[in-house]
Amino acid sequence: MIEKPLNRLAQATPTPIARRVKGLSDRAIAWIFVGPTIFLLLVINIFPLIWTINLSFTNFKANRIGREIEYIGLRNYERILGDSDIWLSMQATAHFLFWTLFLQVIIGFTLAWLINRKFRGNDLWTTIIVLPMMLSPAVVGNFWTFLYQPQIGLFNYVVAFFTGADPSSFEMLGSVNLAPWAIVIVDTWMWTPFVMLICLAGLRSIPNYIYEAAEVDRASKLRQFFTITIPMVLPFLMLAILFRGIENFKMFDLVVQLTGGGPGSTTELASINLKREAFEKWRTGYSSAFAIILFVTVFGLASIYVKALNKVKER
Amino acid sequence: MNLRKLTSVGVVSLAAAGFTNAAQAEDLTLCWAAWDPANALVELSKEFEEQSGHTMHFEFVPWPNFADRMLNELNSGGKLCDLLIGDSQWIGGGAENGHYVKLNDFFDKEGISMSDFAPATVYAYSTWPKGTPNYYALPAMGDANGWFYRKDWFSRDDIRAAYKQATGQELGEPKTQKELLQIAQFFQEREIDGKKVYGAAIFTERGSEGITMGVTSALYPWGFEYENTPGKYDMEGAVNSPEAVEALEFYKELYETATPPGYTNSYMGESLDAFKSGQVAMAMNWFAFFPGLYADPNTGGDKIDFFVNPPQNVPGSTLGGQGISVVSYSDKQEASLEYIKWFADPKVQAKWWSMGGYSAHNSVLGSDTFEDSAPFAGDFLVAMENVKDFWQEPTYAELLLAMQKRIHDYVVADQGTAKEALDKLIEDWTEVFEDEGKL
Amino acid sequence: MSHSITDATLRQKTIAGTLVILYASITMVPLLWIFMTGFKTPPDSISYPPKIVYQPSLEGYVNLFTTRTRVSPEKLAELPPPKNFAEEIVRNREMVIAGPSKFGERFLNSIIIGFGSTFLSIFLGTLAAYAFSRFSIPLADDLLFFILSTRMMPPIAVAIPIFLMYRQLGLSDTHLGMILLYTAVNISLAVWLLKGFIDEIPREYEEAALIDGYTRFQAFYKVVLPQAATGIASTAIFCLIFAWNEYAFAVLLTSGTAQTAPPFIPTIIGVGGLDWPAVAAGATLFLLPVMIFTVMLRKHLLRGITFGAVRK
Repeated sequence: MIEKPLNRLAQATPTPIARRVKGLSDRAIAWIFVGPTIFLLLVINIFPLIWTINLSFTNFKANRIGREIEYIGLRNYERILGDSDIWLSMQATAHFLFWTLFLQVIIGFTLAWLINRKFRGNDLWTTIIVLPMMLSPAVVGNFWTFLYQPQIGLFNYVVAFFTGADPSSFEMLGSVNLAPWAIVIVDTWMWTPFVMLICLAGLRSIPNYIYEAAEVDRASKLRQFFTITIPMVLPFLMLAILFRGIENFKMFDLVVQLTGGGPGSTTELASINLKREAFEKWRTGYSSAFAIILFVTVFGLASIYVKALNKVKER
Repeated sequence: MNLRKLTSVGVVSLAAAGFTNAAQAEDLTLCWAAWDPANALVELSKEFEEQSGHTMHFEFVPWPNFADRMLNELNSGGKLCDLLIGDSQWIGGGAENGHYVKLNDFFDKEGISMSDFAPATVYAYSTWPKGTPNYYALPAMGDANGWFYRKDWFSRDDIRAAYKQATGQELGEPKTQKELLQIAQFFQEREIDGKKVYGAAIFTERGSEGITMGVTSALYPWGFEYENTPGKYDMEGAVNSPEAVEALEFYKELYETATPPGYTNSYMGESLDAFKSGQVAMAMNWFAFFPGLYADPNTGGDKIDFFVNPPQNVPGSTLGGQGISVVSYSDKQEASLEYIKWFADPKVQAKWWSMGGYSAHNSVLGSDTFEDSAPFAGDFLVAMENVKDFWQEPTYAELLLAMQKRIHDYVVADQGTAKEALDKLIEDWTEVFEDEGKL
Repeated sequence: MSHSITDATLRQKTIAGTLVILYASITMVPLLWIFMTGFKTPPDSISYPPKIVYQPSLEGYVNLFTTRTRVSPEKLAELPPPKNFAEEIVRNREMVIAGPSKFGERFLNSIIIGFGSTFLSIFLGTLAAYAFSRFSIPLADDLLFFILSTRMMPPIAVAIPIFLMYRQLGLSDTHLGMILLYTAVNISLAVWLLKGFIDEIPREYEEAALIDGYTRFQAFYKVVLPQAATGIASTAIFCLIFAWNEYAFAVLLTSGTAQTAPPFIPTIIGVGGLDWPAVAAGATLFLLPVMIFTVMLRKHLLRGITFGAVRK
């Protein structure tokens, strides 16, 4: 089941026992145990985050070491929000995000629903379906460029085989019209199992007696589906969308290997754009501001979404 | 950073002072791109290992990742490379950001004279600011973008007759860019020996520098200039001149009407593949690959010949090639300098050329036998006389990325017009120079 | 299982099963193709139409582990006969083996960094999870959420300050730097998952031990740890898989010494052109361990991918 984070706050050792316990006090142990983790996160997460915020107000460039750093106020933020290229990359991200979520939810839910028919060997096939999502996106993405080769690629060959088109007549990764779909296809192939697994957990959490009661009331199968199955699975589905949404908003490795942002800039997602600004153009101040904007966007959207999710759960 | 800089300066002066002392045996790492000449350098370096007692290690990175990874390495102050054969455009950043060790004192001390090397290569690979006697690299590998073609097809009577019929001219090495286009279009989708072939393999790669290197091979012959007045960064009217627009439109036409299908993101490797697999009649690529192409069992030998990038309004070729530098973050600068000293020796340079590396040493290039030593040797000399390089500014990466984007958007993604692409490019570049305080 | 009206009929099951198996088969094709391409020769790998039946060859694997140089036929003829099958394969292409490739090193880096960071994340994570589970820690809710929120940053955004920090500290391109970074990223997963597992262990066990005169510390490692063993093991595998697959940090923060396999495999090239069998061979060796782990993990998979939010 879905659990609220920390719905039961842990208590210390019950007092009657505590009086008899030897060694360090609970309090000391608690801090010794938590301390290193907090310290590591402070050093490798929080301090850098604060540093990034600080840098975002400067014109600092990491490849110009000797140059004086100037504070330029909100100039970086103004430039980013006024930059049409950034908005194009946000558009590409939105396209990618929408279609991957859409396809993964449809296919993932359908698969889960089918698997829940509990046919023989369903465990084995579930495990097989799950494999792609556990693999390295960079390594797999790189190999997909081979499958997408116009003449010799297996993908083009299969499409040609079924449609009769010439396999060298279309380029999934090179054409402006097809490339945005090429990355959607690979991401869907890779991550549909994720949605499927969560939906499956949702379906299995529905107690049988609810359906039995519906049968007694002579509700049609279709009606049962829309009044029982969908509402009961919805919190799970929304959780899956949250996870996939955050991950795909951050998407870098898979798409960088597939298209590198091309052709032109048609598949230049936000993270790829950020990488160009930060580690190829070395505009550290500017890209720090961009990073903060992205972070705030994810965080903001996710918070609103979690609120909605909690509402759905309460119903 | 300051501390490290101080120590590295200290090491340099130490190295310069006590250089002749027998150094201890070191493990040196040389970084370069992964390509044919790099393999030749491994062979060549065995001699250095024997003489000096040092051990050479190599880190070769494929071209599409080379700049990205090596500049990242330099900017992170990494110690992976002791010696770096870095691309010509990196020299500005290498010098100004303190990545490369300045070599003047060392050259003076060891009697290495830059006048022994071809002036174009010294200018391009070694000096910063451009043309001043401040040296940060020794010319290691001269290179330019050139062309090669299927000589066997060009000399076949049936093909020659068809060409004459189609164009009224004799088929031969193109004398102008436009003739090159005409020949490429003639071969496009032509059936030769029962196989469909295509016109020309050109550079269209987006990720690193590919399409810029390709398109400048058209821009330079049309008389393209980066600035109206050198050093003034006044690009309006130069970068988007009518000639530049015409050249860019030409490159797009070449791309659209005379390249193999699926040629949207291709650079050196794809060009070689297309030619070696018999797909194309002509292909552009760096001279560095020509020895390997000539030796190829299937499409080399008497089936291949080479020509310099054809002129249009003026002669002009895109410069490639690299100088060898000592990385300032290395702990083994003394031994690294030893390597450069050894490499600069005329005898080693002669051997370098014989193994497939393009020496820039005058004793090699100027020798009586040079032109006849390979079928492309003469072409190489001609090309190097009229080479032009991209910006070598410390901000070169930003300038290049802007051009990659604008050109690829126009040529491959078919967005906007040539004039718009170049106008936007000027905007991008102006912004970069403004940020630098140069405008 | 009791048979009730809600169970699917046999016909429904057959249809559902067929559809699922069809999907699973299609989804496996790219992975099978990687495996098959690894055993092709370079010409076979790029032939048209794509070859499904072919003469298997180890050329891809030989190319993966070696660097080769081209030699002239005359020189080739002078060489002594090949010492092993690898040399024989290479010589058929008019080349000789010049030395080992970097693949072994990069694979080893993946193992060192993967296991190093997993060990550290589990060590720190188990302690923290136990504390969060058993003691009342001020602001525990906020701390736990803060630990989780660190996973929301795009890796590239995190990499900017880390790059600068590591440059100052000399941690760029070092194993230690990568281990620390991956630990910091993994620890949120580790704490959340492990807290879930430890929550499930009845605290009565420890309390009994405490009454028997154990110290809190002894109770922790003699009673709780053995109970949490399977949870710890599956959490460890999740951490390992993340570190194993990670690409963005690796490509930005390492260049050679500590570079792992994911940024390296896509850059494998042959002599003149891409060498797909070698790439596929590298990919096969790299993906196989994760596939095996996935099968081992299948019971805890859901929990791992949802940070413990969904349990079965």
